[in-house]
Amino acid sequence: MTLGTGEPAVDASGLHKRFGHTEALRGVDLRVAWGSVFALLGPNGAGKTTAIRVLTTLIRPDAGSARVAGFDVVRQAREVRYRIGLAGQNAAVDPNLTGTENLRLIGRLAQLPRTHIAPRAGELLERFQLSHAPDRAVRTYSGGMRRRLDVAAALVPRPPVLFLDEPTTGLDLQSRNELWNTIRELVAEGTSVVLTTQYLEEADRLAHHVAVVDRGVIIAEGTPAELKAQLGSTVIELGLDSEQAAARSQSVVAGLLARAPEREDSTVRITSDDGPRVLIDVLRLLDAAELIPTTLTVREPSLDDVFLALTGRHSESDQPSALASNGARP
Amino acid sequence: MTSAAIVIPSADIERRLPVVAAVRDAGAIAWRNLITYRRVPQLLVFSTIQPVIFVLMFRYVFGGAIKIPGGVPYVDFLMPGIFVQTVVFGAMAAAIGLATDLKTGLLERFRTLPMSRSAVLAGRTLADMSRNVFVIALMVLVGVAVGFRVHTSMLEVIAGLLLVLLFSYAMSWVFALVGLAVGDPETSQAAAFPVLAPLVFASSAFVPVSSMPTWLQGFALHQPVSAVITAVRDLTLGAQATGGSTGTDAIQALAWCAGILVVFAPLAVWRYRRTV
Ligand SMILES: Nc1ncnc2c1ncn2[C@@H]1O[C@H](COP(=O)(O)OP(=O)(O)OP(=O)(O)O)[C@@H](O)[C@H]1O
Ligand SMILES: [Mg+2]
Repeated sequence: MTLGTGEPAVDASGLHKRFGHTEALRGVDLRVAWGSVFALLGPNGAGKTTAIRVLTTLIRPDAGSARVAGFDVVRQAREVRYRIGLAGQNAAVDPNLTGTENLRLIGRLAQLPRTHIAPRAGELLERFQLSHAPDRAVRTYSGGMRRRLDVAAALVPRPPVLFLDEPTTGLDLQSRNELWNTIRELVAEGTSVVLTTQYLEEADRLAHHVAVVDRGVIIAEGTPAELKAQLGSTVIELGLDSEQAAARSQSVVAGLLARAPEREDSTVRITSDDGPRVLIDVLRLLDAAELIPTTLTVREPSLDDVFLALTGRHSESDQPSALASNGARP
Repeated sequence: MTSAAIVIPSADIERRLPVVAAVRDAGAIAWRNLITYRRVPQLLVFSTIQPVIFVLMFRYVFGGAIKIPGGVPYVDFLMPGIFVQTVVFGAMAAAIGLATDLKTGLLERFRTLPMSRSAVLAGRTLADMSRNVFVIALMVLVGVAVGFRVHTSMLEVIAGLLLVLLFSYAMSWVFALVGLAVGDPETSQAAAFPVLAPLVFASSAFVPVSSMPTWLQGFALHQPVSAVITAVRDLTLGAQATGGSTGTDAIQALAWCAGILVVFAPLAVWRYRRTV
């Protein structure tokens, strides 16, 4: 199949979707280049699934338009369906059918030629490490096996554009790494992938382009490197034994840092591109000021840190954090 | 990555005529639903045990106390009612099946595929009809074992059984709508029973309508379950046994089947389109 007349794999603009009083999407623009991985990164309720459902023709946007593989998702839904695969947030496979039967059913409904169906099912079972259980009813599969079968089902018609809604949620580390590798292989073969995730690490490792979604809008966008450049590659958290001590520590170390340290209650959070160096300097300064932290955490930034940096809120909560409300943040 | 046309690996997808695709897709869905019956035989066993218990109970426990006008043996009167009762309760399977598929997200996956829009419901109701062929055959055997005898020609008996099948098909569409609207298997079962119970029990299935209080007779005589049972009795016992006319009764029963289909099939399809 030859696609692409210069149009991107996904081109959406001004998507709005409302459910009752909830505005799930409030003007989302997306462009996904052919052959790339695009990650929608956001916390629970951000609107990721809603965006995927619009792009996969499951629901109509209230406003705005989207083209997938060059076709309009509302007016040319059928043409879009010939060119997409979706693995939704919950594994949508028939528990009473075997792995093979599930894939063959999808093959038939995806209008594959009859002779292609059985070999394709076998090939996918192999690829997703399910060839040891092709003839077992799926209800006997583990959660990870079910999830892999679900992704395999989305791949049956070799869709040029693949949508994965939180593909690795609930997978163990090994399964997750395997799925990441599979996604990379697919992309190397020419598939374009749109995935959603709550994990910054996943977006970082897998995606060429990341859009951070919050309450139905995209609040930041770019390559993983660009996003992280705003953020620092290391987060250092110092727990002090009182708010006063924390406030003092905050001002003691401030001069040292490119980004102003943040304080939340008795915790001081420092982000930096030069973690180890900064850590040593920070501890020296604190020692000199006779401020001894009770806890010390050094880690990579999480989605929550991205959120805090971008919105002043924690990603899990809809309440503005103490930082933003008392104006302590730069 | 954007400018030049990119060649994407893709299995050649077949573009079929819409009618051909609709039939094939419905067939694929029906196949999948029938596999479920084979793999989860409890579904079939429990839906047939209950009518068998009814046969034994009414034939041997209550039957002796029930007098049928016209001197028809009670077991002959009973079995047409049992056939219809069995398929009416069995039709709940459509609600349970569709609600389950809705809940697991399977319907959503189907809707991202370039398949025929009618296939999910057509496949569901076709699979239930095939199941009913089996169930009705089984109930005929059970009937014969407890002394059920027909009094008419083979052709009429077959017509009677086909009428039961047609009615079951119409009822499947009613329950397809219920399942999609309710969206939860347990709830749809709970919602269906209070509607079905009066239709099945306030009918001529187990006792002659003339034995009921007058205020109930009007309903019990003319509601669809009774209309179908009466026509099936005409076709298996002969019209003189019911005091009606086979032609008129059959037309009434067919009209009910057609009416239910005409109302509920489009409603179910409409509901399907806006559900997922
Ligand atoms: N069918 C629906 N009816 C009502 N509200 C809905 C519906 N679908 C989504 N919403 C609401 O829209 C908002 C966005 O939901 P969405 O499922 O898109 O979020 P998400 O980013 O996928 O979250 P999660 O990470 O939890 O999957 C939420 O507030 C949700 O409650
Ligand atoms: Mg979601």
